[in-house]
Amino acid sequence: MEARFITRLGDGSAVSLTRSELRAELEEGTQAAARRGKLPPLETAELEHLLDIFASAARFSAVDIGDEVVLSFDGTGTQQQGSRVSALLQYEQCLAADTCELYHIDYSYKAVKTVVSVERQAMKEAQERLTIPVHYGAQPDLGRYSAPDGPCGNWSELLPQIRIGDARAAQEEAVELAVGDMVYVATALWEAGADGINFDTAGAGGDADFLATLLAVERLRAAHADMGIMVGMSGELVIGTHGRLDYRGTRLAGLKPAGQLEVVQRAGATVFGPAVNVNTSRTVAWNIARALTFMKPCMAVARIPVHANVGMGVGGVPMNAFAPVDAISRCSRACVDILRLDGL
Amino acid sequence: MPVAHAVASGMNGLRAAGDLVARLEMARGMRLAEAKQYVAEKLGTSVADLADPLVMHEVRGERRLGRVFETETTYPDDPSPQEAKRHIATLLGLSIRGAGR
Repeated sequence: MEARFITRLGDGSAVSLTRSELRAELEEGTQAAARRGKLPPLETAELEHLLDIFASAARFSAVDIGDEVVLSFDGTGTQQQGSRVSALLQYEQCLAADTCELYHIDYSYKAVKTVVSVERQAMKEAQERLTIPVHYGAQPDLGRYSAPDGPCGNWSELLPQIRIGDARAAQEEAVELAVGDMVYVATALWEAGADGINFDTAGAGGDADFLATLLAVERLRAAHADMGIMVGMSGELVIGTHGRLDYRGTRLAGLKPAGQLEVVQRAGATVFGPAVNVNTSRTVAWNIARALTFMKPCMAVARIPVHANVGMGVGGVPMNAFAPVDAISRCSRACVDILRLDGL
Repeated sequence: MPVAHAVASGMNGLRAAGDLVARLEMARGMRLAEAKQYVAEKLGTSVADLADPLVMHEVRGERRLGRVFETETTYPDDPSPQEAKRHIATLLGLSIRGAGR
């Protein structure tokens, strides 16, 4: 009788699978991505390596010594750690973080604009207390510019009414406002000493959200040649909520990670973070094979560092606030071993 | 989550040289292999040493690049974070805005 190994579903719950069943999960995961993304599936040797990682009773898995990568963090720290800056210091001193990120709980550039002076002072304090790079991060968050929270029409209401033109016009208006806010906040935090700016979960509001991010990056790069700029994505496909937007000739709707990376590096970012969302009903093995298949084409076109998103619910990591280390460590190792990327 | 990733695949941050490699990736868009090589050459170490906390604790101390606090073995003369960042900026040829002006 074949031995069974404890592994996880995408929600973090434990299940036990045989080596044959794990192999099938990996093969189905890569085929799912290949079909959806019209991408080549992972190679046999890669699937065999993943199988060795998952068909193991070890509680933890890790990369080989010498294969370590840079760990960049979005929204660093929690309330249990005291003040925001104290939390950053704990990440530096106790958690071996290579970088950390000061953030506001609203995590939206539009919201931060109203408290930017407070954020600048917090950044100054962080820079006085930490040695590792301290980035500032928030989300482009285009939805906040639509009614009733913002001044633009609400495209989520306009689209079901088949008012396509109005929905598109509202998004175009929101893009202009979002770019202005992102550039304003990023510049303010850069002047306060930030080592870099993170645009996190870019494209969460669709192609207009992603366009706003790219235009902000482009404008910041033109003004600050030495600014570190990281763009982390929200998903494996850019949703076409507008449908007709392009960045310098590249249509944004439907872009997969490699295409996302190409426009991000063209805009002038220095680090790109692909994100592939987790299916909570499938195993971590299925999810990581799917995620790697989507992300792998990035490595062939990357001129800038690629840091895969491997937080809660992305990059194979279970969608759970208390994701188990057996699953996290396997996803961490799998990304490094298969993709040979620059960071996580 | 951060502990699991740090142990599984991280460069150990200030415990080793992860922050130095990270600075080159972020500020210059330098890929990992090139950034590791660059830092190793500047420090006069091997690339393999960059994630080794024992080696880097000594190297960082000698070059005054900042290091983790130790209650058992204190280093009262270690630089402040801002002074350490000025040394890092000089070592790597970077402009670090948070190093104090």
